[in-house]
Amino acid sequence: MKLLVIEDDREASLFIEKGFVEAGHTVHLSADGEAGYLLAETGDYDVMIVDRMLPFRDGLSVVSTLRAKGIETPALILSALGQVDDRIAGLKAGGDDYLGKPYAFAELLARVEVLGRRRGANKPQTVYETGGLKLDRLANSVSRNGQHITLQPREFRLLEYLMARAGQVVTRTMLLEGVWDLHFDPQTNIIDVHISRLRSKIETGFQSQILHTVRGRGYMIRA
Amino acid sequence: MSSLRSVLSSTATRLSLIFLLLFFINSVGLVFYVTSLSTQIIEAQAKTAIDQQLVNLEEAFERAGIPGLIRFVDREARQPGAHLYLIADQSGRIVTGNVSAVDPGILDRSGWAGKPFSYSRFDDESATQYRAIAQVLRLPNGLTLLVGRDLGDAELFGGVVKNALMLALGFMMLGALVIWLLIGRNALKRIDGVSIESQRIIAGDLSRRLPVGESGDEFDRLALSLNGLLDRIETLDNGVRDVSNNVAHDLKTPLTRLLARSENALTGKSNAKALKSALQSNVEETQALIRTFNAILTISKLEAGSLLVNREVMLINPILADIKEMMEPAAEEQGLTLIYVSAEPVELAINRELIVQSVINLIENALNHAGPDNTKIEMGIMSDKKDWVEITISDCGVGIADQLKENATERFVRLDPSRNSQGSGLGLSLVKAIAEAHGGTLNLSDNNPGLRATMLLPKFGAR
Repeated sequence: MKLLVIEDDREASLFIEKGFVEAGHTVHLSADGEAGYLLAETGDYDVMIVDRMLPFRDGLSVVSTLRAKGIETPALILSALGQVDDRIAGLKAGGDDYLGKPYAFAELLARVEVLGRRRGANKPQTVYETGGLKLDRLANSVSRNGQHITLQPREFRLLEYLMARAGQVVTRTMLLEGVWDLHFDPQTNIIDVHISRLRSKIETGFQSQILHTVRGRGYMIRA
Repeated sequence: MSSLRSVLSSTATRLSLIFLLLFFINSVGLVFYVTSLSTQIIEAQAKTAIDQQLVNLEEAFERAGIPGLIRFVDREARQPGAHLYLIADQSGRIVTGNVSAVDPGILDRSGWAGKPFSYSRFDDESATQYRAIAQVLRLPNGLTLLVGRDLGDAELFGGVVKNALMLALGFMMLGALVIWLLIGRNALKRIDGVSIESQRIIAGDLSRRLPVGESGDEFDRLALSLNGLLDRIETLDNGVRDVSNNVAHDLKTPLTRLLARSENALTGKSNAKALKSALQSNVEETQALIRTFNAILTISKLEAGSLLVNREVMLINPILADIKEMMEPAAEEQGLTLIYVSAEPVELAINRELIVQSVINLIENALNHAGPDNTKIEMGIMSDKKDWVEITISDCGVGIADQLKENATERFVRLDPSRNSQGSGLGLSLVKAIAEAHGGTLNLSDNNPGLRATMLLPKFGAR
């Protein structure tokens, strides 16, 4: 993936660059809003990471101007302002995701990879299938190797979220946001408990593991 | 000297002096006006009397000529009264009348003597000078006739009026001075008292208060308001101080662990696996620190009232059902049952995120303090007929001792210091801040056994 990082904190942007390069991506850095905008205008990137407070031009204005020009490169907005209202403002300006500082790199990586993948297939599919596990959104049914699995509504949504991002790491925070619509971090291991219940339903009695735990990062559906 | 200057520099004194001066000028003007007016009136009366007398003299002259006139004057002059008569011949010698001498020059002009003049009387041996006004006429045979009226009584009256006025004004000024001394000095003293106390407060003793008298006057009300202001400031100041102390204390512990673990990893002959595990622990520690900071920030913003911009009207019941569904597995992991007793649907104007967070906090709190005998956690909702909705989370766990309930919602308070430091000690104070930001309260009571936490929230449209 080719990424554009518009971030004025030199150390932070080098750190982001190093992480993404290690994960096999190409990264271009830009230290101010104006230069970053000019680079982004080429439309040559898969995902851009935009800090909110930037010299010359703030991040929200960069994103909203690009959107007005019809450039739809997915944008993740980074900000030290992590409150609910700030996030809504960020998404309204045309951002596709929002991450408050300080963040864990694993979180950023997972979100950016999901954003980059989504670019091609933005519309939700009706049927997801991975390694014999099949989820049909319209029929509201889940089966593995043809064998029907009964799920609670929330478990269904959890599985759907994971399967729509099959092959990609999904963090606990992403699950809280995407499945429960909560934007804070409960201190208990509540997500882990829900995952382990789901796992027991879709894996018990089958040969292979399909819902993987990625240590220190999150979870992933993979055949 | 300096005390005199301070008295002179006070507003009260300056105002008093200005008023005193204005009062004095007005008083002098008043005295002049009243006395000159009374003099004018009296002179006009005298002139009318003189004119009347002249008419009488004219009649006498017309009846019997000069001799008749002289006889008439002679007779009139002997009668007591304020009338003056004088007939003089061409050389100025007095022919008849009751006047022995007049100011020189008076007889030389005919018509009204311009101003009151002095004269002497025949019947007065002491040669006292009297004052009068008069008209002088030339008679056909070279005689001069003066008809006048004594002003003694009138001037006496004017004098009395003047003296009475002066006396009254003098007394009024004296009174004003006394009143200023009593009231002005008193006010001055009280303002000085306030200034002195304020200086002490500014110097850093925030526990001092302004003096309040017993009369309940403007000064007392002002002092009471300012004291209320000081109370508020002191509370906030204490809050800030407590928080800073607690932040310093509570963040030092994890920071110390971080530092120790890092140093240990750097200096020891640790292998890669040990290093990785140390780093992993540090990451977790840092994440916990970030959570603590976020909670502190949220509480501060809630208390400052800046986080409730997007409240929406929604049903609370499905939100609680969602939370139950979300938290139930966590309870079951601990062998507990999470029960939700719903009630009629109720609409509240809330920030969903914050309310969910606070209810989850309460459930987490119940899970963390479950104790050995606990079997269930109960979520309930109750709404009274009028304005309020109660959301209760009750457990049968270890509970909180009565005397500690008050403290439990303060920031960074962990009631069981030996407890494994799970959580930041901010959970209940966050819930309290959220409830209060919604216009409600958080109450902790005994569930016998266990703890019952009650969030009281106003219904949408209440009040």
